Amino acid sequence: MTKVSMTVNGKAVSGEAEGRTLLVEFLREGQGLTGTHVGCDTSQCGACTVHVNGEAVKSCTMFAADAEGAEVTTIEGMANADGSLGTIQQAFQDYHGLQCGFCTPGMVMIAADLLKNNPNPTEHEIRDYLEGNICRCTGYHNIVKAIQAAAGQSVPAVAAE
Amino acid sequence: MPKDSGIGASSKRREDVRFLTGNGKYTDDINVAGQSYAHFVRSDVAHGRINSIDVSAAEAAPGVLKVFTAADFAEVGGVPCGWCVTDRHGNPMQEPKHPVLAEGKVRHVGDPYAVVVAESLSAARDAAELIEADIEELEAVIDMKAAVADGATKVHDDLTSNLCYDWGFVEENREAVDEAIKGAHHVTTLELTNNRLVANPMEPRVAVGEYDPWKDEHTLYTTSQNPHVIRLLMGAFVLGIPEHKLRVIAPDVGGGFGTKIFHYAEEAFCTFAAKALKRPVKWTSSRSEAFISDAHGRDHVTKIELAMDEEGKFLALRTDTYANMGAYLSTFAPSVPTWLHGTLMAGNYITPLIYVNVKAVFTNTVPVDAYRGAGRPEATFQLERVVDKAAREMGIDPVELRRRNFIDKSQFPYATPVAVEYDTGDYHATMDKLLEISDRDGFEARKAESAARGKLRGFGVAHYIEACGIAPSNLVGQLGARAGLYESATVRVNATGSISVMTGSHSHGQGHETSFAQVVADMLGIDEAQVDIVHGDTARTPMGMGTYGSRSIAVGGSAMVRATEKIIAKAKKVASHLMEASESDVEFANGQFTVAGTDKSVAWGDVCLAAYVPHNYPLEDIEPGLEETAFYDPANFTYPSGGYACEVEVDPETGQVEVLAFSAADDFGNVINPMIVEGQVHGGVAQGIGQALLENCVYDENGQLLTGSYMDYAMPRAYDVPMFTVDHSCQTPCTHNPLGVKGCGEAGAIGSPPAIVNAVIDALSGHGVEHIDMPLSPQRVWAAMHGKG
Repeated sequence: MTKVSMTVNGKAVSGEAEGRTLLVEFLREGQGLTGTHVGCDTSQCGACTVHVNGEAVKSCTMFAADAEGAEVTTIEGMANADGSLGTIQQAFQDYHGLQCGFCTPGMVMIAADLLKNNPNPTEHEIRDYLEGNICRCTGYHNIVKAIQAAAGQSVPAVAAE
Repeated sequence: MPKDSGIGASSKRREDVRFLTGNGKYTDDINVAGQSYAHFVRSDVAHGRINSIDVSAAEAAPGVLKVFTAADFAEVGGVPCGWCVTDRHGNPMQEPKHPVLAEGKVRHVGDPYAVVVAESLSAARDAAELIEADIEELEAVIDMKAAVADGATKVHDDLTSNLCYDWGFVEENREAVDEAIKGAHHVTTLELTNNRLVANPMEPRVAVGEYDPWKDEHTLYTTSQNPHVIRLLMGAFVLGIPEHKLRVIAPDVGGGFGTKIFHYAEEAFCTFAAKALKRPVKWTSSRSEAFISDAHGRDHVTKIELAMDEEGKFLALRTDTYANMGAYLSTFAPSVPTWLHGTLMAGNYITPLIYVNVKAVFTNTVPVDAYRGAGRPEATFQLERVVDKAAREMGIDPVELRRRNFIDKSQFPYATPVAVEYDTGDYHATMDKLLEISDRDGFEARKAESAARGKLRGFGVAHYIEACGIAPSNLVGQLGARAGLYESATVRVNATGSISVMTGSHSHGQGHETSFAQVVADMLGIDEAQVDIVHGDTARTPMGMGTYGSRSIAVGGSAMVRATEKIIAKAKKVASHLMEASESDVEFANGQFTVAGTDKSVAWGDVCLAAYVPHNYPLEDIEPGLEETAFYDPANFTYPSGGYACEVEVDPETGQVEVLAFSAADDFGNVINPMIVEGQVHGGVAQGIGQALLENCVYDENGQLLTGSYMDYAMPRAYDVPMFTVDHSCQTPCTHNPLGVKGCGEAGAIGSPPAIVNAVIDALSGHGVEHIDMPLSPQRVWAAMHGKG
């Protein structure tokens, strides 16, 4: 066990970790941040996506020790300061971009990463960027629409197409 | 004008806020003080005799509390099967024991034979490496037809063979169907497989068992679609714990799609071990573990024959299916290829004679059970494929051939020759709508445009029916169900007028917390925010049967309506007292009680308060309080139907299929929340695209699972699917439930695979390709185009 320190959602945290402890385990079990989910064990599904130093990372594929000193943002850090839903979160609700909610934290985190790098993506670019995030419920239709809406694009209202 | 609240409104989902902020509470998010961790040790061979298991080194390892094997479960029952199918000779199916941990033999890769429980998960995993198991590998039985051949190795030594049952339906029609096929003008024959799938909800299964010696009570947190069913099966049949000492909680559940209906050994293990160890026990499945322990779906091999007259009118249909049960009978497994499949073989058509034969087979593979649609996709796929093939053979347009055989709307209620009675439908209307929204008229121009780019464009349709709203208890009882399939609801009006609805339905993505609240709020004329939906906890909700088979709004919603009607009836009595009026003169609308012809009125909140503060109250006539429970048992199944169209482009160089457009025109009867309904269709269609083009669960001849992770099992990704065009404006309300609803959860997965395959075959029509088995991978498509299929 070694001590690992990092900043999570703007707050300095530290905890014990084995060499094999994954960042997602450190966040979920060590910090009680259970919004980040584990959906697979091969880095395929993206449910565990967080931001590390401003980049989207699958937290099941990074050792906690490797995040020493890093700035980490999880889904718990994505709401506005007053607690209201952030732009992407609100768009996911407005456009029904989630059903069971399990993949959703990863989807919001990858969408934020996309819009940071490409503020006005095409549908094709959105679908390509979601390559590493699997949703089994929505068929992606409304996730794509939510991201388009979050980018400020004109999107038909839900159930009015 | 769309409504902005109540029934018919696209109310935003209230549950989204917690899911979007990381505040959902899924089973793996639950940690109980003092919990220990279970690691299941699973067979790595498909079939083997257990000669010995030496756990001494593992038990001595650091942090290990105990290593369990079958010997520890000698006093408990096996994991039960909830349905007994009677074969065509009148005999019950063969039903092997399914022990919690393997006894004597392991029967599939993933069959657990030991469990290490330790202070940490890593300690449990490390100790598992120290278990010395002498397992003698036996010949694996994988191919279904080989499994039922004479002399085949048996999966279960105590059964007479690997045949679970040989089912005939309707058995009396067998010879008449044979005769009709012999004498027909034309018979179209098709042999096909319905590929084995893995449901893959994004949340893997989890179980946390807890035992409280103070009250001798057990609690199980589990990823279930139906906590009461788990309590009944596990309590009564496995562990012998009475219901009042066993609480099952299914909190937020990250998708189910059928595979979280069933009672699994891991649930029984954690419940049992928590008492044995006097410590909470937690098990979290990895995805790799899910592939070898979650029940799989589909896996049918079928030959179907459709007999027609000169005009293409259907005369008779015969279908022979081998259905894989896997190594043990999962909870609903026997019902899927029989009652959920044979009864749907009439589809939307008038076919006077139908005979369905199903041979259910044990193999050394993971158990197979219901997956989104469950039996109905298998029925729809073979029917809609054979109809399409028949149209080509007869030289009749595929849409026209369907129309010639549709049951007309004037013919409802319509009794099929396969034992069900459709209440309502209008198949010409959904077909009309489908052709409109898919712009079939413009297809030829689009095809020419594709051809100019060297691509092959195809257009395919399918029209489906499904039996949902599962199910009338007396009927399913006759068919072999060992449980009733009603649903329950308690509506508790609180003193200041807010409402808690306790439902036996369970939401794991369907949005019940929003749509159920819309119904109650609409009935009472109050704000939706005043209504809270409670589900997923046997200690808080009345005995209910859970969510599957697109039953929640049709059965659970109906129970809620009945309970709310009782509330209104009682509230009217209170209101009549408060207004000093005759009860028969009291009217209730928009949250106000009024007396006809007067200006007297009393608000909903005042009546609620009076019921709980009964200072001025008709105590001599009625009890205080305002809480009612209803159990609703449906009179019939519901019959959603619809037409689906798919437009594809095939790259002849590579065999790659791209879905360019997908349209769905569904008749779900009345719709509570259009936004949620459309989302259900989107998701179902995406799973259908997965089945048709990508997903395949493959075992090698030794029973090794070749597709055991997302590296090998191709889940649909965002770029594999198009934007969908969906419509539910064709509405023929259900006639036998109070909301007129039919259910929408499975339609997308039922109607889409044949539409997609029909589209690809259409694209390849110049290449002499009549059929390709799913998934239509580039390799399979290319091989078929080049005569190498």
